[in-house]
Amino acid sequence: MPGLEPTLLHYLLLAAALLVISLVGIIANRRNVLVLLMAVELVLLAANLNFVAFSVYYHDLSGQVMTAFVLATAATESAIGLALLILLFRRRGTIAVQTLDVLKG
Amino acid sequence: MMLALIPLLPLLAALFAGFFGRRVPRCWSHWVCCAAVGISFLLSANVLYEVATLWPSTGIQSNSVTLYTWLDLGSTKLTVGFLIDPLSALMMVVVTLVSFLVHVYTIGYMKDDPGYARFFAYIAFFTFSMLMLVMSNNFLQMFFGWEGVGLASYLLIGFWYTRPSATKAGMKAFLMNRVGDFGFIIGIGLLFAALGTLDFKEIFGRVDELRGLNVSLWPGVEWSLLTVACIGLFIGAMGKSAQVPLHSWLPDSMEGPTPISALIHAATMVTAGIFMVARMSPVFEGSDTALSFIIIIGATTAITMALLGLVQNDIKRVIAYSTLSQLGYMTVALGASAYSAAIFHLMTHAFFKALLFLAAGSVIIALHHEQDMRKMGGLRKRMPITYVTAVIGAWALAGLPPFAGFFSKEPIIEAAHSATVTGHTYAYWALMLGVFLTACYTFRMIFMTFHGASRYGESKSDAKRGAHKKAHGVTHEAHHDVHESPKVVTIPLIVLAICSVFAGIFCVEPVLIGDYFGAAIHGNYVAHPAMAELHAEWHGILDYFLNALLSAPLWLALAGIATAWYFTLSSPKSADRLARSLGGVYNALKNNYYVDAFYERVFVRGARSLASVFMQGGEQFLTEGVLVQSTSQLVRWGAQGLRYLQTGYLYHYAFAMALGLLVLMTWWGIL
Repeated sequence: MPGLEPTLLHYLLLAAALLVISLVGIIANRRNVLVLLMAVELVLLAANLNFVAFSVYYHDLSGQVMTAFVLATAATESAIGLALLILLFRRRGTIAVQTLDVLKG
Repeated sequence: MMLALIPLLPLLAALFAGFFGRRVPRCWSHWVCCAAVGISFLLSANVLYEVATLWPSTGIQSNSVTLYTWLDLGSTKLTVGFLIDPLSALMMVVVTLVSFLVHVYTIGYMKDDPGYARFFAYIAFFTFSMLMLVMSNNFLQMFFGWEGVGLASYLLIGFWYTRPSATKAGMKAFLMNRVGDFGFIIGIGLLFAALGTLDFKEIFGRVDELRGLNVSLWPGVEWSLLTVACIGLFIGAMGKSAQVPLHSWLPDSMEGPTPISALIHAATMVTAGIFMVARMSPVFEGSDTALSFIIIIGATTAITMALLGLVQNDIKRVIAYSTLSQLGYMTVALGASAYSAAIFHLMTHAFFKALLFLAAGSVIIALHHEQDMRKMGGLRKRMPITYVTAVIGAWALAGLPPFAGFFSKEPIIEAAHSATVTGHTYAYWALMLGVFLTACYTFRMIFMTFHGASRYGESKSDAKRGAHKKAHGVTHEAHHDVHESPKVVTIPLIVLAICSVFAGIFCVEPVLIGDYFGAAIHGNYVAHPAMAELHAEWHGILDYFLNALLSAPLWLALAGIATAWYFTLSSPKSADRLARSLGGVYNALKNNYYVDAFYERVFVRGARSLASVFMQGGEQFLTEGVLVQSTSQLVRWGAQGLRYLQTGYLYHYAFAMALGLLVLMTWWGIL
């Protein structure tokens, strides 16, 4: 269907929407550190989407290669994040974000 | 290079004794130091021999060598170098000879002192500094030596540092010398600013450029640059040579060991000021105002300090005030432009005053560190060598023929008489009276110490004596066992006595009347005829003797001796009566004219109250209160506000980051 073909702009808007959703997830979320981690993953996904979109648009494969790297990084990062989360839970018995305020000045 | 060895050998010896003296046997310190200073003396004597005998025939006037350039400031070079001419050669020999004899004497005097090696390190260092001072060919090195001898003097006055009075005396000497050094620095600075050089020969060659230059002391008052520079330099000399009103450190310096009083505070260091003015003679000749300032200060010192010498009971203090008075004589000679007379008196004075001090030291050790003359007396038979040498010294000091003082003091009085600068008449009469007083206090000391009944240990009554004997049996026995000092002490005395006898009669013709100094001392004989008159009146030594018989000073000196004899031996009670009837005057003399009290009240307390103003207003209020405390308070307040930003909640930080990112992107978008 001509006219309904998704253009670069659509992809970028989608990515931006994902970013905003994830930011809201980070900022507004006060209960669960797990959700926080997922929101961070979402930020990376939004970035990945941009990479892929531009890669197709410019017919340049390096964008997709970069995506592979970002995915690998995101996987390791979430593994570390989950490990920290478990430690946190063992230590404090909770993973509610609003209780994590030891950096308060 | 041989020249460099002269000061460097004592320096090396000082370093050895200072750093290794405690680790090697005691005798190493004195062997090394005596040998080093002895060799320096031989080298200096060789220099003097060359200067005196070989130079006149070859026509050499002076020899200025630069050893080392310390700093190159473009137009100016700061160098280390030697100016060898008749003046410095004579000084080198006097300094090294007296220093060597004092080194030898010290072996006996300080025998049991725990600071033996330290003492040798200090006096060898002093010898090094003094040689640097007299040999220097520029102001900077002279100033270095000047401060070096001041440091050595400070260290040695406070040598027995466990005595509070000694450390205080050292501090006093150091601080009063700072006052003088301030003037010295101003003098040097003015000459340097006007001529752009520190080298003596260059300055002397260009003195004429200074005439007519003025400096503004404060707005509206302009003085000749030469006058201000000369007075500045002379204030330096006043500090070092202890002229009124910067004199009061010298009597207190007697807290130091006696060899030091002989070497530093009588023979050499205190004459550094006299030497410096003589060295600067071409500059001083340019200012009559400065010369009359000098002659007035010198005459005042000569007379007032001689009066103080009359009332002292401490044997070393008598000699100290006598030194002050004799320095006044030398200063008068400088003011009268009779520089060679000043240097000649400096030389003879170095011998007989060192002799008197060392003789006093010999008495002091024989009596186990008793310095009060009222507890001496009758030592003539027990210490014959000390007695004879001390009498020779006293005879020379009193200016009686045929010893050294006779030849060096009379020319100064003559010079004051025939000088033309303002104040010379005052100086002449002051010196005349000074002759009487000098003989009087010197022989009072001799009579009280060596003649009459022995008074050591007599103060205790017989009943007490028994108890005393039990408690301090050893010391008491020792009082009755007074005997002559060992050879290391008496031999320097004998050598100095020989010098005191013959230095005058053999040196007067060449040094004073002859052309020994040549161009080293520059006098303007037209404007300041004192030296020329001396030359004109000189008809040989025999004639000088005959003239002296008819002139006042000799009879004044004899009268002085007679007075001293009357008041100490013939009727001691009349001295007490006289002291009582002159109550106020006597107390003023006893208390150094209240000068010390005045300084204490004005300068010491003034400085303290000024310091407390600065402490309370400056340190405690401004620095501590306003600057330090308020800065930390400001930080604390700022932090108090800012800490509310740090909630510790992750989402707040994330929100701030997102917000920041947004702001930045908007910013870039606009750009």
